[in-house]
Amino acid sequence: MTKLKPRLSLLGIGVFAVLLLGVAPVVLTDHWLGNLGKYCCWAIAAVGIGLAWGRGGMLVMGQGVFFALGAYSMAMHLTLESAGDGVPGFMVLYDPLAPLPAFWEPFRSPAFTLAAVVLLPVIAAGILGFALFKRRVKGAYFAILTQALTVALATLISSTIRETGGDTGLSDFKYFFGFVLNDPANRTLVYLIAAGLLVVCLLVVWQLYRSRFGELLVATRDAEERVRFLGYDPANIKLVAFVISALMASIAGAMFVPIVGIITPAEIGAAASILMIAGVALGGRASLFGPALGAMAVGWGQSSLGSAWPDGWTYILGLLFVVVILFFPKGLSSVLGRFTAARRSPGERPPAAVSAEATAAPELEGVKA
Amino acid sequence: MTTTRNRRRSLAATGAIATVVALVLAGCGARAGDGQPAAASAGPSCVDTSGSTVKLGFLNSLTGGMAISEKTVSNVLHMAADEINAGGGILGKKIEYVQEDGATDWPTFAEKAGKLLTQDCVAAIFGGWTSSSRKAVKPVVEKHNGLFFYPVQYEGLEASPNIYYTGATTNQQIIPAMDFLASKGVKRLFLAGSDYVFPRTANAIIKLYAAKLGIEIVGEEYVPLDKDDWTSQVAKIVAAKPDFIFNTINGSSNVGFIKAYYDAGLKAATTPIISVSIAEEEAPAMGHEVTGHYASWNYFQSLKTPTNPKFIQSWKAYPNSSGVTSDPMEAAYISLYLYKALVEAAGSFDVDKVNAAARSKPITFDAPEGTVTLNGENHHISKPGHIGQINAQNQFDIVWSSGKFIEPDPFLKGYDWFPAATRDQLVKSAG
Repeated sequence: MTKLKPRLSLLGIGVFAVLLLGVAPVVLTDHWLGNLGKYCCWAIAAVGIGLAWGRGGMLVMGQGVFFALGAYSMAMHLTLESAGDGVPGFMVLYDPLAPLPAFWEPFRSPAFTLAAVVLLPVIAAGILGFALFKRRVKGAYFAILTQALTVALATLISSTIRETGGDTGLSDFKYFFGFVLNDPANRTLVYLIAAGLLVVCLLVVWQLYRSRFGELLVATRDAEERVRFLGYDPANIKLVAFVISALMASIAGAMFVPIVGIITPAEIGAAASILMIAGVALGGRASLFGPALGAMAVGWGQSSLGSAWPDGWTYILGLLFVVVILFFPKGLSSVLGRFTAARRSPGERPPAAVSAEATAAPELEGVKA
Repeated sequence: MTTTRNRRRSLAATGAIATVVALVLAGCGARAGDGQPAAASAGPSCVDTSGSTVKLGFLNSLTGGMAISEKTVSNVLHMAADEINAGGGILGKKIEYVQEDGATDWPTFAEKAGKLLTQDCVAAIFGGWTSSSRKAVKPVVEKHNGLFFYPVQYEGLEASPNIYYTGATTNQQIIPAMDFLASKGVKRLFLAGSDYVFPRTANAIIKLYAAKLGIEIVGEEYVPLDKDDWTSQVAKIVAAKPDFIFNTINGSSNVGFIKAYYDAGLKAATTPIISVSIAEEEAPAMGHEVTGHYASWNYFQSLKTPTNPKFIQSWKAYPNSSGVTSDPMEAAYISLYLYKALVEAAGSFDVDKVNAAARSKPITFDAPEGTVTLNGENHHISKPGHIGQINAQNQFDIVWSSGKFIEPDPFLKGYDWFPAATRDQLVKSAG
């Protein structure tokens, strides 16, 4: 089983890549391709959450922070690119003569922006994770702390209207690294970058999950003290997973901006961060595809069911969430997994890795409640 | 050994993706500086008006925090569509509307605007409320060369060939309010607002004009939109002893402000408030008597115009109606009729022909606030300025009016106290 499954998963990623990169641009309309690009962004963040929460047991309720680092880095660059040599319009009014805030200036450079999208979340998550994990902060305390941080950042952005655009956010981007965003061909290009990055992220976690690190991470989730007694430092293991998940959230944010065309504090606040987790929980937090597919399903539901029943959609999502948590705590992908496992070997127990998750479940339930 | 092989394979997969991306990059797509691609690249419109109907899109938040305000706008749009259909439609075609929910979420506004234009193929979109929602929709309608009618008073300083603004810009609401304050002999003014773009912009303009009028600004306080606690800010108002408070707070935060105001012992007789977002619907919902305070709007239910009684009557009879009429809903009502007038002047639903008709002849509509005229250059409408004082029935007694209709001037070009350098920068970044 251990030999077969990674290859099967890799095949799955391959099929997924063909569907996203090959089939979707051909069969979907411009509008739905844009929507799919948006779902891909949420899926990238979800893959990271799957790594940190599903495999690492860290309920990251503040991915909005890292999403914001990527999104605002990108948005500042695109705003400056649209503004040309001048100062962005929204800043002019409060003080026409004031220069561009110092922290905006380096974002004129495309290279700096791309570096910031990668390095800012790594540094922020590195410092935060180091401080938390070395002090053995975990469970609900960790979840609340990350949630508080995202609320704090959203409030900070809301209240610094001159520097960040405040609640109105940053929007009206005309160019994406020199490409005119209004051009349909360029929008397809932006979509392909987002979809390609999602496939890369899936490959990264696929490799991590089957590596020794992946096993250590699951071991840390299920029995942190035992891992410590075996001579590993659980803090370092968790730190790596947390930093990677932060990086993925940042990449998701950076791609969200050119695809959606606006970023405001509402997209990074508490509700947005929780919605990211909802998709992961629906799909199956510990599985490879569950988080990504769950996030995409939630996004699709918002687009199509939200149009059909605007009042009903939030209830549907809430009900679905409750039903999944109650009856399929490992997400919808576990239903499929259970079905195939039963077919392959009737009467046998599910694989060992799954039962290890089951023992960890009570602790995680407590965190959720 | 298996690991090495799999690793090689994952490398191969990554390589394949990189190749695909590189191929696309090398492919097509306009780049910056390729002539004038921004508007030209909009594909052919899929709007089909060959049948007996025309499709229009209504985009309002039916869920989330703004639903309480935007549902009213949605309802009044439905009422206007029903009225127009009863009268024979637009260019003889019945309106078939598609209602979408913006869900108080700005990316959703952008997504739904795109859906309405490219999937439903509507000829125009009506709706939006917050500036964020308008700014989310703006690039989408520009990208697809669609039309968007925005019905709420806003901060001005914006221009788009694809948006028509039927609410007031600052020179039709903020400046009349300042003229009123000057006529009352106000010398000390305190500014209280929500912390977002409209209050910030309004107050920037108020400060410039106040300097010219000789009114001293004795304080300026902001609270985030979703926060209701005004206690410490009101304490500063008490200490500053202003003659008047200029209130640019939006939404439910007003309730907290009014509570803190009365808790601090302030009274309408000595320290009155003039608001720009409390109308007939909001006044009874303040949780406090607000009699004696003022508001600056272009429409009040109490206005005596030839068309207002019919508008009020229709609205009261309409299903799900709130029973009272207010400025934003009246502006939404105008927007649909203005579109009808524009299309009939152009003889076509085509966006470019509609815009050309707006420029070539004055388009008017006998609105409940009076006969408004569209400015074809800046896509705003002329409006009368009125100041109302809240009476015991939570209606507004009109105590001051601008007299003639005020021409829309979103960039305040006609006001010499507005710094030209700022205007130039704003015009440049808006274009």
